[in-house]
Amino acid sequence: MARLIRTEKEVEGRYEEVWLVVEEDPLTQWPAGPLSVVGRPAERKDAPERVRGEARFTADVRLPGMLHAAVLRSPHAHARVERIDLAPALALPGVRAAIGPGEASGLEEEAGYAGAAVAAVAADTFAQARAAVAAIDVEWEALEAMLDPDEAVRRGLFTAEPRRDERGDVERALAEADAVVEATYRTQSVLHNAMETHQAVCEWVGDTLHVYISTQFIWGVRQEIADALGLPQDKVRVVCEFMGGGFGSKNSPDEYTFVAAELAKRTGRPVRCALTRPEEHTSAGNRNPTIQRLRAGARSDGTIVALDGEFTNAVGWSGWNAPTEGPMRMLYACDNVRTVTYGAQVNTPPMKAFRAPGFVEGTFGLECLIDELAAKLDVDPLELRRLNYADSNEGTPFSSKNLEECYRRAAPHWERRHEVRARSDGPWKHGVGMASQIWYGGGGPPSYAWVRIGSDGRATVITAMQDIGTGTRTAMAQIAAEELRLPLDRVDVVLGDSARGPYASISAGSSTTPSMGPAVRAAAADAREQIEDIAEQRGLPRDAPVEEVVDLLEDAQILGRGARGPNPTGMSVLTFGVHVVEVAVDVETGEVVVERVAAIHDVGRIVNPLGASSQVEGGIIQGVGHTLSEQRLLDPATGRVLTTSLDAYRMPTIADVPEILCEFVDRPDEHLTNLGSKGLGEPPIVPVAAAIANAIRDATGADVRELPISREEMLRALEAARRKERRGAPAAV
Amino acid sequence: MSELRLTVNGEEHVLDVPVGAGLAHVLRDELGLTGTKIACNEGHCGACTVQVDGVPRLSCITLAHAVEGAVTTIEGLRQHPLVDAFTRCDAVQCGFCTPGQVVSAAALVAANPSPSREEIRHAMAGNICRCGTYPKIEEAILTWRD
Repeated sequence: MARLIRTEKEVEGRYEEVWLVVEEDPLTQWPAGPLSVVGRPAERKDAPERVRGEARFTADVRLPGMLHAAVLRSPHAHARVERIDLAPALALPGVRAAIGPGEASGLEEEAGYAGAAVAAVAADTFAQARAAVAAIDVEWEALEAMLDPDEAVRRGLFTAEPRRDERGDVERALAEADAVVEATYRTQSVLHNAMETHQAVCEWVGDTLHVYISTQFIWGVRQEIADALGLPQDKVRVVCEFMGGGFGSKNSPDEYTFVAAELAKRTGRPVRCALTRPEEHTSAGNRNPTIQRLRAGARSDGTIVALDGEFTNAVGWSGWNAPTEGPMRMLYACDNVRTVTYGAQVNTPPMKAFRAPGFVEGTFGLECLIDELAAKLDVDPLELRRLNYADSNEGTPFSSKNLEECYRRAAPHWERRHEVRARSDGPWKHGVGMASQIWYGGGGPPSYAWVRIGSDGRATVITAMQDIGTGTRTAMAQIAAEELRLPLDRVDVVLGDSARGPYASISAGSSTTPSMGPAVRAAAADAREQIEDIAEQRGLPRDAPVEEVVDLLEDAQILGRGARGPNPTGMSVLTFGVHVVEVAVDVETGEVVVERVAAIHDVGRIVNPLGASSQVEGGIIQGVGHTLSEQRLLDPATGRVLTTSLDAYRMPTIADVPEILCEFVDRPDEHLTNLGSKGLGEPPIVPVAAAIANAIRDATGADVRELPISREEMLRALEAARRKERRGAPAAV
Repeated sequence: MSELRLTVNGEEHVLDVPVGAGLAHVLRDELGLTGTKIACNEGHCGACTVQVDGVPRLSCITLAHAVEGAVTTIEGLRQHPLVDAFTRCDAVQCGFCTPGQVVSAAALVAANPSPSREEIRHAMAGNICRCGTYPKIEEAILTWRD
């Protein structure tokens, strides 16, 4: 019987209550460990299509008569359009339409950052559209630009009310502590830089808008467009069969989609609006910079008694106040914790969620501070973490937590530090560091799937989700194959079209597998029960092979449907892990080389160990870039982005990859759904920066407190360590 | 517009395209060979890599009319053993950079059938993968003949 319930839903640390219709879910979890298909390495079902260049991305969509749009963007960090004349653009060859401020969502008169969209043109070719955009005549009124986040906080310029939280009495605990450490950590802005830029192709078919878009959330795009255009949701069809990466930046439609929709309406032709790489750097989101002023106090026995953090997120002109304080509040058992998190509104490009937003930055600060505390207490950093293990999330029980097991498995890697340090030779100093990982990743409802089985004994999973490159098709096929007792090559997955499948989860917040997997299993189980009933009527055993049971069906089909149930009430669903990193630092040049990363993660049941290892490697490599080389630079005078190319903005290449060892605890979360799986997209990037910085301290005695750890930053930290040593305090740990 | 004679994957084409047209755009828009991707359009990422007479070339910053030699795109390499190697090793995540990776790798193994890890890293450093598939790419190239 369908049951209406109210349940909590979490995406990237933001909770909301939602209504949900659930059916009684009779499925018990499978036993732990590898099964027939689930838990065993599987090649990606769509790998050949992608490798051979056959997969059709939004960038490859070519509709008859399609026009190309280009967008006029503000050159000023803060300005207002006083006068705009589109006529010179409309007079140019090939131009079919032009729109200005207020004529599409996202085109605004007040530009809050350099790169804000103001106007747009559609033309026969992209080159013509760009030429026309350059011809638009604009008079700007320059407004005061606020670029300093600390000053924005002083003036009370926020994108949301500051978030304050305190448990216990932090001041008293700090006063009574045997050891107190205090430090300021700073993280930079980094760019998602998915290989496929943000883009959409919009086409009106009668009164229905078809949107081909590179997105992480088909259904969110559908809703936002319907809301913005005043359309019923079913009059917006959203298609995303293959997409070239998102990392959190493609959760919503944004101005390029609204521009394409409006220009398509005005011209009666399909319109593509694709961001260029420079636009990707100025106008497509970023991980916001943070300033973290932190204190920690402990007793001499290693008990952490106080944690205190003031966090400033330099959000940009708009965006949300990411949970940078989360790790400080959740990672350790500590009675006295006080945090305040400011979302400073500054005239810089707006942030967007980027792979564990807030927690990547907050873990860098916290886990470096914990190592500084360990040094002051003369306690082993791994031991200090174990001593302060949290058994609940501020009083709420965990649905499952195997961080202690991660620490146990990390110990042999940690033990290598004596041998690694001994490798130091001349200017090259070697060291080992570690950091813990905490993040969400439990997924949630609603999410639905259908399973269709024909008389040929082949099954098709149908759901309007997206595969953002994480191997979703494969994981879903594995789950269905397991439940149906079919080999993997007899199961296909059809996804990527809101008109051709039921509602599916966002692919963000490490939620795809934990949200969609249980729905797919439920749908497959529904189909399997029908097949078993048929088997019985044919005088076959209930567990007879599917193809044998259905072979007389001809055109008849078995249709199963499944829904994702709620998360366990009154429990915290979180992911955990630990990284142990080995580095080499040239103390003369400041060069840092990450040599080895051992990653142990606790994310419940692993569906596809092969794909899971790729997620971990990818997260670590992105984390190495974040830690050592990537930085969006702004001109401090004008607020303009200086790093607008992939030459200036330095992402890791294959030559920068360390040795990576990847291990999973692989224990199903017994309280979480019929699957017991959590998400893995984000966890591997969370501890990387802190573990590298802690390894650098181990190697050199220098405290690096600012990202990226460029050579300049490394040399500055080494010089500070030498000054500290001259003052009598030993620099080396 | 100006006549362009181009041999692509063994097939000869006579086209009429504007002077200054980029090779990547001609391949994708005139010939429908969309396996060649454009990710930065300024020669920094390698997604658009094709071969000209077996040598990797960044097609997004190559003038179509300036091409002297036979062009091979990913469509011409679909039967290459590297395709299976990339699949087997999970050397693909979102897949947008992957055709360019395969084209570069095919040029590498043609010149050097048993490249070392160092040689792979040297030859492939111009192909950016934001998903970080690199360890699996290295594995695929090391084992391409298995």
